[in-house]
Amino acid sequence: MNNLSTSKPLSYWSAFKSIFIREIKLAWQKPTQLVQPVVFFLIVVTLFPLGISPAPKTLQMIGPGVIWIAAILAIMLVVERLFRQDFQEGTIEAWLLSTVPMSLLVGAKLLAAWFISCSVLVLITPVLALLMNIETHVIPALMLSLMVGTPILLFVGAIGNALTVGLNQGGVLLSLLVLPLYIPVLIFATSLIEAATLNMSYTGQMSILISMLLVSCFFAPVAIAAALKNTVN
Amino acid sequence: MHFNTISEALAMGGYGPYVWSTVWIVIAVLLFLIIHSMTAKKRTLTMLRLEQERADKIALAKKSNDDYQSKPNHN
Amino acid sequence: MWKWLHPYAKAETTYKLCYRLLPYFSWLAVITLVSGSIWGLFYAPSDYQQGDSFRIIYFHVPTAIWSMGAYTSMAICGLIGIVWQIRNAELAVYAIAPVGAAFTFLALISGAIWGKPMWGAWWVWDARLTSELILLFLYLGVIALYNSFEDKRTAARASSILAIVGVINVPIIHYSVEWWNTLHQGASITKFDKPSISPDMLWPLLLNISGFLFVLAALVCLRLANQILINDARRPWVKAMVSEKTNKAEQSKNRATLADKE
Repeated sequence: MNNLSTSKPLSYWSAFKSIFIREIKLAWQKPTQLVQPVVFFLIVVTLFPLGISPAPKTLQMIGPGVIWIAAILAIMLVVERLFRQDFQEGTIEAWLLSTVPMSLLVGAKLLAAWFISCSVLVLITPVLALLMNIETHVIPALMLSLMVGTPILLFVGAIGNALTVGLNQGGVLLSLLVLPLYIPVLIFATSLIEAATLNMSYTGQMSILISMLLVSCFFAPVAIAAALKNTVN
Repeated sequence: MHFNTISEALAMGGYGPYVWSTVWIVIAVLLFLIIHSMTAKKRTLTMLRLEQERADKIALAKKSNDDYQSKPNHN
Repeated sequence: MWKWLHPYAKAETTYKLCYRLLPYFSWLAVITLVSGSIWGLFYAPSDYQQGDSFRIIYFHVPTAIWSMGAYTSMAICGLIGIVWQIRNAELAVYAIAPVGAAFTFLALISGAIWGKPMWGAWWVWDARLTSELILLFLYLGVIALYNSFEDKRTAARASSILAIVGVINVPIIHYSVEWWNTLHQGASITKFDKPSISPDMLWPLLLNISGFLFVLAALVCLRLANQILINDARRPWVKAMVSEKTNKAEQSKNRATLADKE
């Protein structure tokens, strides 16, 4: 039956919700893709004691940095695949044609992506912290830094993916584009953890990280929308 | 002149190799950039000319093929 | 107020402007750079602390300043190109990028060579050198992104977006690296403070700074003109230039065969 005469214009909130739910459902259908970044995260962290030294003091010193670098690399894996399937299936064009602003739809997808991929990374960090002999009182700070930092990494990485999704070559270009932009996040996050290790207050670093998060949450979807519009044309 | 002799200028108070290697590297990179940018126009026009010639050849080949195809068969 | 800029949206007009400005920039560059360098290398007095090695400043500081200036102007061109849909601005992004990258490279090399006598090591994770290194990666990213697209319209717009995203990050990166460096500064590293510079040392520096600016301007003019040429390859004015070149090539070939026959 033709429902066009009775259909309401799409509200922004229902569009946001439907994209969010769609992403989660899609991800749930492919459990292997959910697990890969997590396993990668684990393996990379394991490489460092093997490559450097398993001495407890050394591990404690390099631990937070290693976990953060492994998280950055794992998120690069996640971000490489973000828009590829949507681009190939034409979903991006459909989004661009809708009345809902593209940045909103992109924001919904990224929020879903964070819950799907990065939340698990944050949740298994206590295990990794034990592996790297990090003191227990530091673990909350470590998890907090990852909780605030991984969305930033995801949003900024998504900009890189949106720029390169139409290209045939692999994610190396993406990494080259995006890794320099990750450096401030890495610096402030590791400094936060260091302050926590010394039992000092880390509210300064935290506020800087949160402001970076707010800025990227607001401006990245705009940049991504522009980049996707460019890729599709 | 701050230096009294040329050898003093070359030595730069012991820092000669550092200062002069910097100078030469700057000159080399700038020269490379300048020459590359100055010859860019010629390279572009040559590339466009070759592309045009290739396109002309393809068009000519296509045209002669069409003429051949449209000729009545002599039998 | 911006009406005088409107003719330059047309590619051919900007092309001609580039070549009209080029002689002025080139001559100014040669005069200021040569005089500044000779003054700085041979006539300026020695530094009290650093002896004669400080003369590297006449190449390190200008290239570092303009490496950042070029990135900012590249990002502004990208912004103008995307927001106002002006093709020439997008082309300017790819015109500036290699020059800026070269300047950044020179700043890094001169900084490292200066660092050896000053700090005893070729590379130190000094705040300024580290931010310059990251700036080099940003430049290389813009260039690599442009080169990976087949369609140059898409390429220009993509690298413009990347340049804009990068420029927002440049002060953040700079600030964070400086902050990180002050946290981790070892006691053995002598903190290099800019000395209160005397006028005999300052003037050649100012000359070289303007000299490198003119070099940047001249090179960008040349490269932008070339990009406009490539972009407008199908237009009649470019085709006229190409056929003129074809005629010239044929003429010289005929002359050569005639000469052979004689």
